[in-house]
Amino acid sequence: MEKTALYNFHKNLGAKFVAFAGYEMPIQYKDGIVKEHISTRQTAGFFDVSHMGQLFISGSKSLEQNLEKIIPLDFKEIKINQSKYSFLINDKGGVIDDLIITRVEGGFNIILNAACKDNDIKEIAKCLDSDSKYELKKDLSLLALQGPKSETILEAIIPGTKQLKFMNGDYFKFQGKKIYVTRSGYTGEDGFEISLSNTNAENFTKLLSSKGAKPIGLGARDTLRLEAGLCLYGHELNQDISPIQANLKWAISKRRREEGGFKGWENIQNDLKNGVSKIRVGIKPSGKIIAREGTKIFSSSGDEIGVVTSGTFGPSVNAPVAMGYIQSKFSEIDNKILLEVRGKKYDAVVSKLPFYKKSYVK
Amino acid sequence: MSEKKFSKKHEWVSLDGDTATVGITKHATEMLGDIVFVEVPEPGKSVEKDSQAAVVESTKAASDVYSPISGEILEGNKSIVDDPGNVNSDPEGASWFFKIKVKDKSEFDTLMNKADYDKFCAENPS
Repeated sequence: MEKTALYNFHKNLGAKFVAFAGYEMPIQYKDGIVKEHISTRQTAGFFDVSHMGQLFISGSKSLEQNLEKIIPLDFKEIKINQSKYSFLINDKGGVIDDLIITRVEGGFNIILNAACKDNDIKEIAKCLDSDSKYELKKDLSLLALQGPKSETILEAIIPGTKQLKFMNGDYFKFQGKKIYVTRSGYTGEDGFEISLSNTNAENFTKLLSSKGAKPIGLGARDTLRLEAGLCLYGHELNQDISPIQANLKWAISKRRREEGGFKGWENIQNDLKNGVSKIRVGIKPSGKIIAREGTKIFSSSGDEIGVVTSGTFGPSVNAPVAMGYIQSKFSEIDNKILLEVRGKKYDAVVSKLPFYKKSYVK
Repeated sequence: MSEKKFSKKHEWVSLDGDTATVGITKHATEMLGDIVFVEVPEPGKSVEKDSQAAVVESTKAASDVYSPISGEILEGNKSIVDDPGNVNSDPEGASWFFKIKVKDKSEFDTLMNKADYDKFCAENPS
């Protein structure tokens, strides 16, 4: 089991650990999931996401062309220091992983899911020329700072960061060392992701804490992203689900939706042209019942029409929330559906996403 | 009201005449984390010792609550159904799960006392 550079720091804060993607990660601290969730929405929270892969790729002119084979973005549109959400696509048009890619000087930084990163690198490498270089930056930690007070807190530690716009980044200095900060995150809140050397990670995190940011574990990270309607790989996304089914058409650049030229294009083009038979939706149970992953979904006439992929109690919505895949003809917002929990069927409706909305700084 | 007795599945029971009150222990709530959903049995339902009688869900997962004692359900605690968070704040007091008319009081005697339960928890950390 691997540990991040902040393992002892978490331990001293009273973290409870779980095994996640081969890492011992904090699931929660002393406050617990609900309080951590609320702290993030009301003030600011920091998350150790160093288990995620930080891949740096550099290469010659053909690099962008090669990356376009497996990532359906228009690379010409990505400006320096700009970040984009997208995915690695397989030959069937399924999602190998979802990712954030940022153009930096000399190449690209790609943030990959921990459980997928080793396979991702193999898949990316297959598309690259021999003159391209890639490196998984194991010497770097990654921290997310999320919530309305993030800007003030980070600006006090690293002046200039408040100028960053959403999905943009830049290099800054921290204690004499170069660090990379992007304005992004995965909670539905304004916030930043900070990539810095493992040796600096604890000092930096202590400063975040001293300025009032609370430590947040994977538990609240999950409730936050679910309220924000964001996909989690292995739940809403996998190798058999296309981005169109996942309702992520927007993450395929316009030119690429028209021209294709990436793996699995035939299937994706078909999905775009003819629609999909099943689609990802938000689900709101009518009562307090929580529909966990794997819960079967039925139409009001009793036919099985889908399955829940994530479900929990949303502390900010103050109600249960879920996402899942259902047959497209039942996917209209406010459509009544039934959820089978412990052998009984409960009322629910198809809900718009996100369940909880905050405005990002643009 | 008798002293509390405890099960290996982290329920507590207290006995008053032939009426038992059952809840989940403080230790159980600490393992579960924030409780966000509770389902209690309907009056009249008969339950066997160690069979599933209620449901408790935290933000993390759903767990079954077992009855440490056989009998007929007299009442489920509606206040924790309406406010599941109360289970975290007072698990061994006001936030009991159900009351049950006990069939066989000798079952009560087989459960652990407080000292044995604390020892059991210390030996079986999770």
